[in-house]
Amino acid sequence: MPQTAPPRSAADVRPPVTNIGVLGWIRANLFNGPLNSLLTLTVLYLLWQALPPFINWALVDSLWFSSSEECKAAGGACWSVITANIRFILFGFYPHDLQWRPLLGICILIALLLYSQNRRHWRPSLAWAWLIGLFSMGVLLMGGIFGLTAVESTNWGGLPLTLLLSVFGLTAAYPVGVVLALGRQSRMPVVKSFCVVYIELIRGVPLISLLFMSSVVFPLFLPEGVTVNKILRAQMAIILFTAAYIAEVVRGGLQGMDRGQYEAAKSLGLNYLQTMRLVILPQALKIVIPPSVSILISAFKDTSLVVIIALYDLLKTTQTALSDPKWMGFSAEAYLFVALIYFVCCWFMSNYSRRLEKELDTGR
Amino acid sequence: MNSSTANDNPDTSPIITIEGMHKWFGEFHVLKDINLTVQRRERIVICGPSGSGKSTLIRCINRLEEHQRGRIVVDGIELTNDLKNIEKIRTEVGMVFQHFNLFPHLTILENLTLGPIWVRKTPRREAEESAMYFLEKVRIAEQAQKYPGQLSGGQQQRVAIARSLCMRPNVILFDEPTSALDPEMVKEVLDVMISLAQDGMTMIVVSHEMGFAKSVAHRVLFMDGGEILEENEPQEFFNNPRHERTKLFLSQILD
Ligand SMILES: Nc1ncnc2c1ncn2[C@@H]1O[C@H](COP(=O)(O)OP(=O)(O)OP(=O)(O)O)[C@@H](O)[C@H]1O
Ligand SMILES: [Mg+2]
Repeated sequence: MPQTAPPRSAADVRPPVTNIGVLGWIRANLFNGPLNSLLTLTVLYLLWQALPPFINWALVDSLWFSSSEECKAAGGACWSVITANIRFILFGFYPHDLQWRPLLGICILIALLLYSQNRRHWRPSLAWAWLIGLFSMGVLLMGGIFGLTAVESTNWGGLPLTLLLSVFGLTAAYPVGVVLALGRQSRMPVVKSFCVVYIELIRGVPLISLLFMSSVVFPLFLPEGVTVNKILRAQMAIILFTAAYIAEVVRGGLQGMDRGQYEAAKSLGLNYLQTMRLVILPQALKIVIPPSVSILISAFKDTSLVVIIALYDLLKTTQTALSDPKWMGFSAEAYLFVALIYFVCCWFMSNYSRRLEKELDTGR
Repeated sequence: MNSSTANDNPDTSPIITIEGMHKWFGEFHVLKDINLTVQRRERIVICGPSGSGKSTLIRCINRLEEHQRGRIVVDGIELTNDLKNIEKIRTEVGMVFQHFNLFPHLTILENLTLGPIWVRKTPRREAEESAMYFLEKVRIAEQAQKYPGQLSGGQQQRVAIARSLCMRPNVILFDEPTSALDPEMVKEVLDVMISLAQDGMTMIVVSHEMGFAKSVAHRVLFMDGGEILEENEPQEFFNNPRHERTKLFLSQILD
């Protein structure tokens, strides 16, 4: 700074401007150095090659509400495969004129999820709202009371089934996983070894084999005449499986805790449960939000494995719709649609977890 | 509280009695035949070289460490494996750590009310009022809604002191409360401790702050190799140390 510079008040001093306008941004981020410039140009070239044909296929030459014959004649995407089969894809074999019920159930679920996103809404009344919401979803799906026609659970399918398996599966698996993680740290040998054996056993087998066991082996052990609903069994398998993975992640978080936190809590006279609930878990669980969400996301996608025990989840209903000879050959469009649904759900989860992380950051 | 002997007057009986106490970490004999009696309203400073067992000694008093031989009696209750007794004693004995150990996910106010609300079952309003009273006392009330991570080290340590005060302890243990602080923050924490001393709080302080020891302590203990080698009133302790090792230690920390 030259000696003659006039003295400036502190309020005048602003952080230096690093990039000026769009051009500045482009230069700083895309063309800062020969290698990056080359990469940018290559990517631009590839996009130029790939995007226009895709847009042509998906939007320009595409058919949305046509018959399958028209589709076969045209060159573009045949979204009609979805619009024509949408109700079967979304609701499976659920009775056609009752499908407003699962639809309403899904709407309730989405509304609750969106409302719960905001941490300021986390009041005791919200827990009641969830209980009532889940209960009414169950009633809507099952029927049999309040003058609603009963619908056998064997007819449930599509999106409601996928959401049911994942929402219940994930919310139940998380607390079970936390308890397992605490048990694994326990000083009581019996508790500890039970948790270790459980976790290692479950992590040692694929989900598919658990699902098989739940549908084939498990009923063999039941007394004559007793049956447990197939969806419930699949649900249990998903919970038990996911919980083992959650447990290991949570254990990592617990090990990352400073010993001083336990000591400070103890020296206030807090007992074990209070120490865990009020001091240790809030911090440990916050640390493991990112890996937990990875597990929840993959567990959500893994619910599609229930096809192998003949449950009609979203993926299976889509497959079934495609096996109709009329619509054979349009699987790309249908699977893109299903992928989009899965993507939206997963994106919601990961986006929310990032927000939660930021909100819980107390600047340690 | 006089469950040991019925005719003990609770006001004149010692608050802490340690008799023939030994502790091992595995094979390592870390505390050897410790005998110590602390009277109510008495203030004791413990010093000694690193690794001499000072922290371990005071951590035995609230059972953060377990002793293997001898007796420790706190406020008439002997420390055994009985969890209920341990939790009771921990509510009576406050502890301030070298690294503060505040709960980073709670605000300052929540840090202070956690113990009273969950352990003492104090109503929230009342707990908050007394928390604010003690925050005033450590001169930091304006920070009540902040999180520990937003405070300086000296401020955090003062909050930690207020946190233990909120439990209304009969005695507070300090484990090198100023040694993790930048020099300019040491004084603000010592000032708070001195004002506690003036209020008559019973304190056991592991510290190398000799000025503090001289002005506040009734007794200074010197530990080395897991033993209490020497104990005396501060004047005598600093002017006429009897033990060679005490002399060596004092000459090292005083220059
Ligand atoms: N949990 C433990 N397991 C094994 N050894 C330990 C443990 N804690 C402390 N020690 C050992 O016991 C001895 C005394 O430790 P202590 O922390 O009481 O010393 P100190 O006098 O407080 O030292 P400093 O001034 O460094 O804090 C040291 O040699 C230490 O290595
Ligand atoms: Mg120490």
